[in-house]
Formats: sequence, structure tokens, C-alpha cells
Amino acid sequence: MQQTDTIFRTTCLLCASLVGLLMLGIFIQLGMHSADTWSRFGLSFLWTQDWDPAADLYGAWPNIAGTLLTTAIALLIAIPLSFVAALFVTEAPGWLAKPLSHCIDLLAAIPSVIYGMWGLFVLVPLLQEHVQPFLVDELRLTELPGGTWLLGEGYSGFGFFTAGIILSLMILPYMSAIMRDVFRMTPPMLRESAYGLGCTRWETTRDVIMRYGIRGLLGGIFIGMGRALGETMAVLFVIGNMMDLPAGLFSSGTTIAATLACNFAEADGLQLSALFALGLILLLMSFSIQVAAQYYLHLTRGARGER
Amino acid sequence: MLKHIVLALLAAGSIAQAEIALTGAGASFPAPVYQKWTYSYSQQTPGTTVTYQSIGSGAGINQIKAGTVDFAGSDNPLTLEQQQADALVQVPMLTGGVVVIVNLRGVPNGQLKLSKDVLARIFLGDIKYWNDKAIAAINPGLRLPKMKITVVHRADSSGTSFIFTNYLSKISADWKQKVGQGSAVKWPVGIGGQKNPGVCNNVARIQGAIGYTEYTYAVEAKLNCAMLENADGQYVKPTMETFTASASCADWDNAPGFYMELTNIPGAKSWPITGVTYILLRKDMPAERREAMKEYISWCFDEGAAAATELNYVPLPESVAEKVEDKLDD
Repeated sequence: MQQTDTIFRTTCLLCASLVGLLMLGIFIQLGMHSADTWSRFGLSFLWTQDWDPAADLYGAWPNIAGTLLTTAIALLIAIPLSFVAALFVTEAPGWLAKPLSHCIDLLAAIPSVIYGMWGLFVLVPLLQEHVQPFLVDELRLTELPGGTWLLGEGYSGFGFFTAGIILSLMILPYMSAIMRDVFRMTPPMLRESAYGLGCTRWETTRDVIMRYGIRGLLGGIFIGMGRALGETMAVLFVIGNMMDLPAGLFSSGTTIAATLACNFAEADGLQLSALFALGLILLLMSFSIQVAAQYYLHLTRGARGER
Repeated sequence: MLKHIVLALLAAGSIAQAEIALTGAGASFPAPVYQKWTYSYSQQTPGTTVTYQSIGSGAGINQIKAGTVDFAGSDNPLTLEQQQADALVQVPMLTGGVVVIVNLRGVPNGQLKLSKDVLARIFLGDIKYWNDKAIAAINPGLRLPKMKITVVHRADSSGTSFIFTNYLSKISADWKQKVGQGSAVKWPVGIGGQKNPGVCNNVARIQGAIGYTEYTYAVEAKLNCAMLENADGQYVKPTMETFTASASCADWDNAPGFYMELTNIPGAKSWPITGVTYILLRKDMPAERREAMKEYISWCFDEGAAAATELNYVPLPESVAEKVEDKLDD
């Protein structure tokens, strides 16, 4: 009896540590395959901006900058939207809140390649033929001081702005779901007391609900950020795939994930190693963001009743 | 009863043994023809099936080096030394044209003329608008809109890009010095599309776009092609006639390992950007599969030529086909 217990325990332990071991294995494997790049370019790989397969020179900076920029645009759009959506869903009467809440959850069920196709066939022509000409040619935003710096020269419908919009739609359901849970966990007594003191809904939200769930909000934002960083297919379709530093919101560029998807099948030698190095960078970025997200969600766990 | 079962099993076994499945992968440039060929050949030839996946030249070369496929398609010619280093055999299959496609409202198909200098400067990003004086000067009859030029190129590594950048390097010293040739280069401007269909799709979506692709893809996507200035200074349209004129100039007698560049070929009717697409085989291919491959290749030369012409590729002249078959007999 004793022996079977031990066997059972060891088996369980092995299974439980499998995930950790896999994670470790992936880090080691990426590190090994990218060793050539690190020994050839050193840490300067991170901030070099040349990517020239013909001359066998590689630098990660356009990829990193593109990843950060698309993620930032996505968050800028998705944070207010998901916040407002979550707020409404918590406050609205049940018959309205339930279907709306399900709709938001359903957004998460759309495969990313579908978002990509929608982006390519609907969003890109829309931006290129209507939105961007209006902003640039009618409102002449680029002629304002700093306008060219912000929007870039010219437009094609493809680029960081388009990718950011699609990403924001993709991360919205995740962020909104977490924010909704955070808002719901506010003890009813606190909320009712606030109403009792004569607070309006907005004041209650701002001073009670948000204060109470700020860490959960941060956790939700980090979850969305982690997803936006690594998203591949949808971005690949609309980003423009240029190995250039961002030259404004409407300019074309690339992200780490898009570069990997584009070049991996065909690469060999030092380029392959550079792609592995990019993979390692991406993994480190999303890993640290996940850790931060888990940390903030952990802080609010008690309050949400998940002891 | 038992005897029957044993007989049936034996028969099944011998069929399974005779069945040879050849798999190939690589260039998307000749993929439309290869797909047709492999399908008809597999239908006609009992005991042999051939399949081809269009995954790109570079990926095809990687696969054949790794030994996961029986043959690879590639448009990026390997020199004899490169073939020997990796123990590969390279044989030419077809010649095809790379065309420049444009999306310009109000400009009819095949009417826009691009000189060597203008083409290179557009892809370098020096010429930014369609109503640029340099373009207007060679297109007096056309009303060119004041529209931004969006260059579309391949985002992945590609044999088509090799042929195109090889041509640009020959016609423009600036291009040669700043960018150079290769299956993936550091493009000065523009946006990238995935494979030939991706480039066509992006050109079709973007007003004022210009890109390059294999001719069949342009025809299928109903895109407008530009006339190009060839080595003799003549403006030619992309047609079977001009592709054939260019292909007929290939000097296969002095091409070690069948290494051939067919860009910027002289001749008043030659299309300036043509390329040869190859099949790569491993030297250590098992004899039985090699035999099946040989049969397939000679079928392609004999029976497949008509299908290739239909899809706007130029079949190899008979003398070259014989050379290839001799090479495979070694």
C-alpha cells in the first residue's frame, strides 16, 4: 500500500513539473539555437536596426520597436473600450447585461486568422480609401507641428495603426472579462454605502470600485498586453512587413511574431539563428508580462474569493 | 479459404511495394504547372504518385538538404560548386517571365511604359509619385494621377525576388551598390506580401501600387502589367513571344551545373526579366526512386510541354531536355 502511494505521488509530481520543464526546455533550446547570433553581434543585436540577409547582418530593433508600438496602440484603444464595456455590463440590468456579456466573450472565440482576413479585405481598403485620406488630405493633420512625426509620410492602409486596431479588438474580450470580474467583486455594502452618501454612478465607480479593484485592472491590462505582443497571423496580414523602424502610425513595419512567421521556413545559417534570437526576446517579453499579470491578479485573489 | 486470404495479402503486399510516392516541395513560381503535371502524371501512371507543395525556393532547398522530400523546386540557381558542396543535382525544367504589375486607375493594361532607370528608381524609392516627370516623359499619351507609389515586394525569401533583384542589379549601379541581389534583400521602400499570391493581392488592394510577380499569377489575378524597356532599348509587353525570345538566347552549352541567368538578355523582342526554374535532386537518392523521378521528368518534357505553354511558361528546347536526361542517367 505504502509503495503504491509513493509511485502515485512520484507520477503526479512528474506530471505537475512537466509544464515547468517544458518551459525551461524551450528557453534552453531557443538560447542554444540563437547562440551564433549572440556571439556574433553580442547584446548590440537588441538595438541594431539593420536586417540585411544579403549581407548577413541582423539587428532586432525594428522588430522590437514594431512589437512595442502595435501593442501600445492596441492598449490605447482597448483599455478605455474594455473598461467602459465591463462597467456597463456590471451596472446594467440582467436582461441586457447577460447577452452583452456573452457577446463580448464570443469575440474571444474568433480565430486570429479570421481577424487577419477581415483586416486585409475590409479594414485596409477602408482606411486607405476613406479614413487616412480624410485625416491626411482633408484635415491636413500631417501639416500640424509634429504631425509627420506622429503619422508618418504617406499612407497605404497597411501599417502599425491598422495592426493596432485589429489587435485591440482581439484583446478586448480578455481584458473586459477580467475587469468585469473585478468590478463584480466589490462588496455590495461598500457600493451601496457610496450611493447612500449621494455619490453618482461615476463617482462610485471612480472612488470605490476602481480603487478596490485597481490591481485586478492592472492584471487584466497585462493579460491583454501579453496577448497583443505575441499575436502573429492577424498582424502579418496588415502590418506591411517592412524591416524598418516605425516612421509614424501610418507607416509599414514588422513585429517579432510577423518576422518569424514570414521568414522561418526559408531561413538558414545566421539568419535562422537571428530568428531564434528574436523568438527568445519575444518569449522573455511575454514571459515577464505574464509574471507581472499573475502577480497583480494574485494580489486581488483573496478579495475575489479564490482562496 | 485460408489460401485465398494469403493470396490476397500477398497481392496487396506486392502492390504496396510497387507504389512509389515522390514528394516535392519548393518554389511557388512554377507551382501552377507543377500542380497540373503531378496530377496528370499520377493519374496516368499506375504505381507512381507525384505531389508538389509550393512552400518557396529557400524552404525547398532546406527540405532537400534535410532529405525530407525527393525533389525540390527552386528558381534561385545554384552554382556547380554549391551543388557539389551539398551533394545535389540541379536540372532546369522551365523558363518563365517575371512581370511588373501596377494598380493605376485610368491606365489600361499593358500601356504603362517603364524604362530601366525609372523602374530601378521606383523600387529604390527615389520616384515617389505616379505623376513624376520621369514617368510622364516616357508615357506621353497617358494621364497619370498624382498618387503615391506603393512598392509591393515579397516578404518571404523567394526565387522570384532573386530573379527580380538580379535584374535590377544589372540595370542600376545604384541598386547594385545599395541593395544588391538575393532571394531576400533589404528593400528600401514598400510593403511585403506573402508569396506570389500575397504580392498580387496587395497590389490589387492598394491604389497606386507596383509589384512584381510570375506572369501566370498576374493573369489569374487580372492585374495590369507594365511594358518594360529591354536590353536593346525597346519597350516590350509580357507575352509568350517575348518570353520565348529571351529564353532562346540561353547558352546552355556553357552553363556548368545548368547555372543560368536570363535577365537583361539582348534582342529587340526579348522580355528583360525571365528566369529558369529548376528541380534539385539528391545524389544519394535510392536507385528505384531515381528511376521513377527520371521517368517523371522526361514525361514533363514530352507530354507536359503543352500544359506549360497554356500557363504561359516556356518549355525548354529539345536539345536541353536531352541534356537533362543525359545528366540524370549518370
